[in-house]
Amino acid sequence: MASSGDIREKLRKKRRALKETLKNRDEDDVQALVPSTKMSKGKLQTTIKEPETSEEDPGETLKRTFRTQRERKKRLLEQSSYQQHEEGGLEEISSVQHRSEDEESADQAGEKSAVLSRPPTGSLKGRSSKILHSPGSQHLDDLVTRRLQEKLNAARSKGESLQEQEAPLEPPSRLQGLRDRDTVTRFDREFDLDRARRHDDPLTLGPRIKFREAEKRTEKDLPTSEEAFNFFTFNFEPEPQDGAQKLGRKRHKQKKTVEVDQGEEGEEEGEEEAEDKEVVGEGEDNQDENENQDEEAPLVQDEGEDLFVIEQSSHDFLEMKKAEYVGYRQLVQRESELLFTPSFRTVPTSIKLPENMKPRYLEDEGLYVGERPPVSLTNENILENRILKMEEGKKWFGDDGRIMALPDPIKESSTRPPLFNMEDDLDPALQTVYRKAIKSKYANLYIAGAADPEGDYQLDVDVSGLIFSHHPLFSREHVLGARLAQLYDQYLTRQRNNLTGHLTDKLHGLRSALRNMLNIHGGQSLSQAMQRRISEYSLEVRNTRQLRDSEQEKDRTLLKNIVKMWKDMKALRDFQKYTNTPYKLYLRRENVDRATDEREYEEEILAEIVEWEAESEEDYQRKLAEYKEQLEEWKLWRRKQKAKKKKRKKKKKGQSQDDTEEEDEDREASESEGPVEEGPSKPEPPEKPELDSIEQQVREKASRIRRKPGESVLIPELSASGNITATELCPRAETARREDVTRHSLFTKILYNDKEVSRTDSRSLNTDFRVHFGQIFNLKIVNCPQSINLQVFEEIGSSCSLLAQVFIPVPEPSVLAGNAPVEEFEFSSNQRVMFDHEGVGSDVPLSFEADGSDRQTLLTSGKLSCCVSWGVGDDDVPLAPHVLQQGKHSGLARFDPVTYIGASGLYDMKKIGEWATQSRLDPNDPKNAAIMQLLKVASSGEVTAPEYFRLEQLQEEFNFVTDEELERSKRFRLLRLRNQEVAEFRNYKCVPALEREVTDKVFQDYEKRLKEGEIIDTNEHLDSHRALVAKYLQKIRESVIHRFILAKHHYLLSDLVIEEEIPSIGGAGPGILGLNLFKLAEPKRPLKPQRKERKKVTAQNLSDGDIKLLINILRAYDVPVRRPQINILGQTSQGAIQGSDWLCNQVQVRPFVEVSFQRTVLQTTTADGPNPCWNEELQLPFSAPNGDYSAASLQSVKDEVFINIFDEMVYETGVNDKDKGKSIHSRVEKHWLGSVKIPFSTIYSQSRIDGTFKVNTPAVLLGYSKERSHGPTSGYDILRGLSDGAFITLFITIEPQLVPGETIREKFDSQEDERLLQASEKFEREAAQGYPDRPCITTIIDLNGKTVFITRYIRPLNPPQELLDEFPNNPQEATALVARFVSLIPSLPDRVSFSGVCDLWSTCDQFLTLLAGDEEEHAVLLCNYFLSMGKKAWLIIGTAIPEGPTAYVLTYEQSRYLIWNPSSGQFYGQYDTFCPLQTVGCLVNADNVWFNIQEYTSPMTMSFDIAKAQLWKPFFSRSFSHPGLSSVQPEELVYRRTVRAAAVELQDRIEKILKERIMEWRPRHPTRWNRYCTTTLKQFLPKLELRGGRDVAEGHRHELQSLLGDNKITGFPLNLPFSEIRPIVEAVYSTGVHNVHASNVEFALAVYVHPYPNNVLSVWVYLASMMRT
Amino acid sequence: MAASNPTVFLLTVNGQIEGANFPEYDNLYCKYCFVYGHDWAPTSGLEEGITQITCKGSQSSNKLIWNFPLETTFKSTNPSGWPQLVVSVYGPDVFGNDVVRGYGATHIPFTPGQHSKTIPMFVPEPTWRLQKFTSWLLGRRPEYTDPKAVAQGEGREVTRVRSQGFVNVSFHIMTKDMKKLGYDTGPSSPANTQSVTSGWSTEDQ
Repeated sequence: MASSGDIREKLRKKRRALKETLKNRDEDDVQALVPSTKMSKGKLQTTIKEPETSEEDPGETLKRTFRTQRERKKRLLEQSSYQQHEEGGLEEISSVQHRSEDEESADQAGEKSAVLSRPPTGSLKGRSSKILHSPGSQHLDDLVTRRLQEKLNAARSKGESLQEQEAPLEPPSRLQGLRDRDTVTRFDREFDLDRARRHDDPLTLGPRIKFREAEKRTEKDLPTSEEAFNFFTFNFEPEPQDGAQKLGRKRHKQKKTVEVDQGEEGEEEGEEEAEDKEVVGEGEDNQDENENQDEEAPLVQDEGEDLFVIEQSSHDFLEMKKAEYVGYRQLVQRESELLFTPSFRTVPTSIKLPENMKPRYLEDEGLYVGERPPVSLTNENILENRILKMEEGKKWFGDDGRIMALPDPIKESSTRPPLFNMEDDLDPALQTVYRKAIKSKYANLYIAGAADPEGDYQLDVDVSGLIFSHHPLFSREHVLGARLAQLYDQYLTRQRNNLTGHLTDKLHGLRSALRNMLNIHGGQSLSQAMQRRISEYSLEVRNTRQLRDSEQEKDRTLLKNIVKMWKDMKALRDFQKYTNTPYKLYLRRENVDRATDEREYEEEILAEIVEWEAESEEDYQRKLAEYKEQLEEWKLWRRKQKAKKKKRKKKKKGQSQDDTEEEDEDREASESEGPVEEGPSKPEPPEKPELDSIEQQVREKASRIRRKPGESVLIPELSASGNITATELCPRAETARREDVTRHSLFTKILYNDKEVSRTDSRSLNTDFRVHFGQIFNLKIVNCPQSINLQVFEEIGSSCSLLAQVFIPVPEPSVLAGNAPVEEFEFSSNQRVMFDHEGVGSDVPLSFEADGSDRQTLLTSGKLSCCVSWGVGDDDVPLAPHVLQQGKHSGLARFDPVTYIGASGLYDMKKIGEWATQSRLDPNDPKNAAIMQLLKVASSGEVTAPEYFRLEQLQEEFNFVTDEELERSKRFRLLRLRNQEVAEFRNYKCVPALEREVTDKVFQDYEKRLKEGEIIDTNEHLDSHRALVAKYLQKIRESVIHRFILAKHHYLLSDLVIEEEIPSIGGAGPGILGLNLFKLAEPKRPLKPQRKERKKVTAQNLSDGDIKLLINILRAYDVPVRRPQINILGQTSQGAIQGSDWLCNQVQVRPFVEVSFQRTVLQTTTADGPNPCWNEELQLPFSAPNGDYSAASLQSVKDEVFINIFDEMVYETGVNDKDKGKSIHSRVEKHWLGSVKIPFSTIYSQSRIDGTFKVNTPAVLLGYSKERSHGPTSGYDILRGLSDGAFITLFITIEPQLVPGETIREKFDSQEDERLLQASEKFEREAAQGYPDRPCITTIIDLNGKTVFITRYIRPLNPPQELLDEFPNNPQEATALVARFVSLIPSLPDRVSFSGVCDLWSTCDQFLTLLAGDEEEHAVLLCNYFLSMGKKAWLIIGTAIPEGPTAYVLTYEQSRYLIWNPSSGQFYGQYDTFCPLQTVGCLVNADNVWFNIQEYTSPMTMSFDIAKAQLWKPFFSRSFSHPGLSSVQPEELVYRRTVRAAAVELQDRIEKILKERIMEWRPRHPTRWNRYCTTTLKQFLPKLELRGGRDVAEGHRHELQSLLGDNKITGFPLNLPFSEIRPIVEAVYSTGVHNVHASNVEFALAVYVHPYPNNVLSVWVYLASMMRT
Repeated sequence: MAASNPTVFLLTVNGQIEGANFPEYDNLYCKYCFVYGHDWAPTSGLEEGITQITCKGSQSSNKLIWNFPLETTFKSTNPSGWPQLVVSVYGPDVFGNDVVRGYGATHIPFTPGQHSKTIPMFVPEPTWRLQKFTSWLLGRRPEYTDPKAVAQGEGREVTRVRSQGFVNVSFHIMTKDMKKLGYDTGPSSPANTQSVTSGWSTEDQ
């Protein structure tokens, strides 16, 4: 190694030389500076740099011109200056070098190839390093060249092979990287710094600052770590663009060179380098080290000198770098470290499995392996390869060497029914049919936990077989055989039980005990206790003996019967000469020792006799004692009797003397009479028992029931080993029977919970009438076992019949499959079967006796042997339900106490106890605590069982106070009432904290209201009937409101969240998307502005004054004009009026509009003429009752908006010229011309009212004429005439717009057919979709809250006969009268009475009773009347102004359609412009509903011909015909005649009240009543009523005028239907008659009440003010 | 007020809306109001308020600080309807429209003393996608008709909300006469006996 001193010296020299060359050269090469710098750096590092570079070139000239190489060098040089700085202070080079090599051999491989890309450098390095070894040699050209050549050759040969591998690994930007790396390794102290720089290098290329920094640092030799950090983290300004460009170009160039080089020696060079590294430790090692040294080490020292200080040329600030190129192979190699491309190839199985494992295929071993989901082979291979790459990749593979996979979960076919689009387009055949829900009997009877997979319950039903004890096909022999078998069975059972033996033993024991007892005590007197015991014992002995005797007797008879039966059978066999049954009875004799037998027998008899005697003795004694007692009694009585008789006899003698005594006696006698009759008869003395007979009896009995002593014991044995006669040998009848038998076969159905779950195979009937099934059915159950039923079916040929059913109890959970015994269940059938062959049939009398006596009737019967048990799972887990297993309930009956003992049994303690013990109730189960406690109490006996069963027996303990106390607490009551939202307390604030602070006052109102419910306030209603109705209405209302309150708590999203509608495209209504583009094109101020939709406000955060009523009064038509006064003047003093009225005569009328609402009055300016135009907007404040702005409260506002048209009249009262200046005093009078009233509720629900309304003008308007001022009347004369009158165009709305309350979102129950409801829903929905603005109603809600189909409301109903009688010859008049009658029934909108929650329809009789209803009720009534009058009438459901959605009536008469407004009684022709009906939605009559599907909805533009299907869509059509709905209306309406006197009374009261009110309204002025005028007016009113409210002839006015003389009179009659007094007062107030302030004014008020049937009253108020002129 | 026989109890709430954590939004302000039952009445202090607009600082990355004081006294006769603090946060969206960023509510703590609460916030979601888009575009996002809806349970089932950030509130609670009226809300440990001098105490004797 060269010493650093040497090197430094040489370097200095070289540098100086270089500087010069550089200066010369740098001008001509600006490109590719950076890479060349790098190269030159290498040169610089060596002492021999300058010559070296030049000599190096020849090495390269193998490919390139010297020239270009030089330029490059130059560049390198420049760059090196920079690089050197970075890499100052290179100590410990070699040591670190090794490490670096080791560490980064991989990188180096890459780096080498990078070198490769620039062969010159590589060669240079190689050379330079060598040169290092021989420093001082100035002329190295040759050497280097030679060396290179050698190298090349060597490398070529060696590296050829390596190349292939290394080539792909070629990474880009070699040189730079290599160098950096070296630095890094060298400066291990500054490792970070260098590494960081390495990363930064490409980024920080060229910034000037960096240069400076670097410069400074070089001066200091080494940068501190902090500086380094700053250096690398600092954000340097990017270099100007051209630098980058340069770089780019450089790179480009480099690439070219690479391309040129690569093919040839470049690669080899690289390999050579690689080799070098590989053979570390040899000479090459040194080379490498030197190489690094060349590059860096010497420079450090140099930097200390002035290299850069001097040469801060523009080159210094540029970083020169060779263009970096990342060769594809390099790229791939580099990527290969990070990336992995799994191969497509199949992975050999051996790799996937653990070592030394063979793949194991489960499928081959017979195990089920599901089908894998399909995955393409390539994908699977890729996945496998990928997984294998991972650590522990093998765990993903199964034993078969494949990736573990679950079976394919996708089913081949869909298991769910396809979903249909429920909207429409559904095939009618697939329409869902809705049925009323039926509560399933087995609902909720699922076994707990049965749903989950563990709850796997299984019942095993083992049907082993059945044996017939009788079958129709039995032959006689069979019958006997069956009986014999039965008896034998019985015998065997008895034998097994051996009751007789037991009892005999017991008896012996008892006897000996008794004997012992007696013996022990001997003759001693027995103690009391002992005596009792003895008697108990003897009693026991007696009972036992009796039991034994009976058993013995049974045994005996049984044996006898068996023998008899066998004998019978034998006889039968003999008789018929063939054998049918294999039965054979053997009687085995067991001989006994006669002597002992006899002795025992005698002993027994003796003992018995003794006992019997003792007993009978005892009995006798008792009876005797009894007898004596009775005898005593009898004697006593007898004696008394005798005495009495004697007395009586005496009395009878002295009867006359003493009557009273006799009476007493009599009484006594009669008293004793009864006892005489019933007196004890003389008792018979008991017979002494005969002891002899006892013995006889005993012996008799013994012989009857017992084996005779010495008689051998007979043991019957029945075997079925006999031979059956072959069929050929039998007679024909028997053969037929046997054939029949073979035709029969049997099977059993298993029904679980009444559902067939399984059936056995069909087995043919054997000749022995036994059927063996031997089948076990495993029932997986989910439902609670209710019943298990086996049905035995008999199959004859193809027909099968139910023979019998056997109900099998549900087994206890403990009964498991293994241990359940097969049980036999008897069955029988009462089917009658007869045969013409030997078969005995069933239910047929049968006799075995020759004479036919002793007939028996046998029924088919038999025994089914089966066994039901709970299954056992694979691992011996019983598959019985848990609930049952706990022993809480078991089986069907015990599952639930109610099913077990019945609901009533719950109150029976005993039954409950029984049930509890039977069901083995778990006493520790908390669920049973209540029952256990109850049982404990009941069984302890201390407490008598309560009469009730309490479910929550601990409730009391948790009560704070008793219920009564809670009830009494005022505070609690208050809280509760508030919670219930009772009106008075709904918003009650601050309920006092303490009980004592709640005063009773709080409840006063509430209680008063409650009480008032009962009291009828006649004052308010003036009519008791109406008061009652009002009360009734109130009740309905309350119930509806209650519902509403409930429904109010159901929210919709729109109630809670404000969400902007998606803006629409163009047209009105919410569209889909986009901006309203058309709006832009709209004129800014259109000539006819459209009203825009406003934002709706929910009425919750509103307060007083927030809401205003906007009334826009546009114009009016045909306002009545003043009648020229000349007429009047002519009659009165003409001159007087001239002055004042002359001016007025010029104008016809000066109307203005006054709007009054909630006692706020506003008015417009005055306009002129009969067709005024105001165009004014009036704002009226609105305040809700009690400040409650909730929707419910607003809807029930009953206030009405009165829009009155007045005529303003100015009278000049005179000219005052006191002050010399003339001032004219004028008096303004306003004369009421007419009014329109609109209920607030309408405005609220409609949110706006827009249209032209007919002004309600009085029938007579004094001083005005209603003559049309224009237009000749023509065409529809009558119709035009009817629509005469004034009209006013209005627009009314509420500001802000309130959201009307929603109707109840509840479905009401209905008695209509479900199908009908479905259809109507569909009809309405379709209508709403197609024509959203046309009301369509098919179902409505009646007063009971039930949904009713609308056509049920239409039915011809008779109008009151009086009305019809009125005009018997004029049907038109009668029609009008009927309409008037209907219109006189007060109208009360439902939304007022029911808070708008729903539209309830009352039937006509209800309507007439309530005398209040909505438009719909009026319309229905009118329509029904019309129908009954023989008209064609329909109900129109549509919208009208101002009512909004409403109902009108359509009639068809004289080929014209007339539209009737039922609330006003008016009718309009179809083409009437002023018809208030705006939209026709649908037509209804009794048969059908037609929906309007025409283009237009206005009556004028549409056709009412419902026959046209394209115009009217019928509800009931051919596809859905009218199901014949009966009407809900009554057959006939019954009318009550209104009492005239009541009407008169009412009339007086109204008059009185009105007069009072008018005086109240005029507090500052005296109100004088002109009585004369009043009486005059009163006469007019009935006439007006007669004319039906239509205007009366002029004569009336004249008459009046003449009567009143020269009074100037203004006035008018008002006509109202009567409901309450309030509306009348309001109406009078709104006319403003009282507002005349002239001093000389007088008033006249006349009231007339016209009674119509059924308390419908028409009220007329004639109001006039007059001034004496 | 007759100290011996109180008829109402008092609840004083001091505290502040400290700030919020809305990682995505900036320039937010907060509105608050109290919701309380029929038996409650505020006696002093503001029932409603609106804070300043705050931006995120460069230091504290996500925190929005308002430090908006709350100071209200309620009187009541009945603990039912205990006051709740309802906060709603608003701020501009990308287009500068003022939109709601969250609603939240919390009960005023029952126990006297210091409490700090973190209120999770949420906003109603548009009903469907398109609406979501248009509401985003037009800055008219769905809002509760009444922010107080978040303090009540009724009708909430019809809404769908998305959670969005948190608001931190600290409370200092004092009560008076609660115990005298039979309501014991204090900690189970026996109250300090020292504060007999005044009716006001954090531990309400």
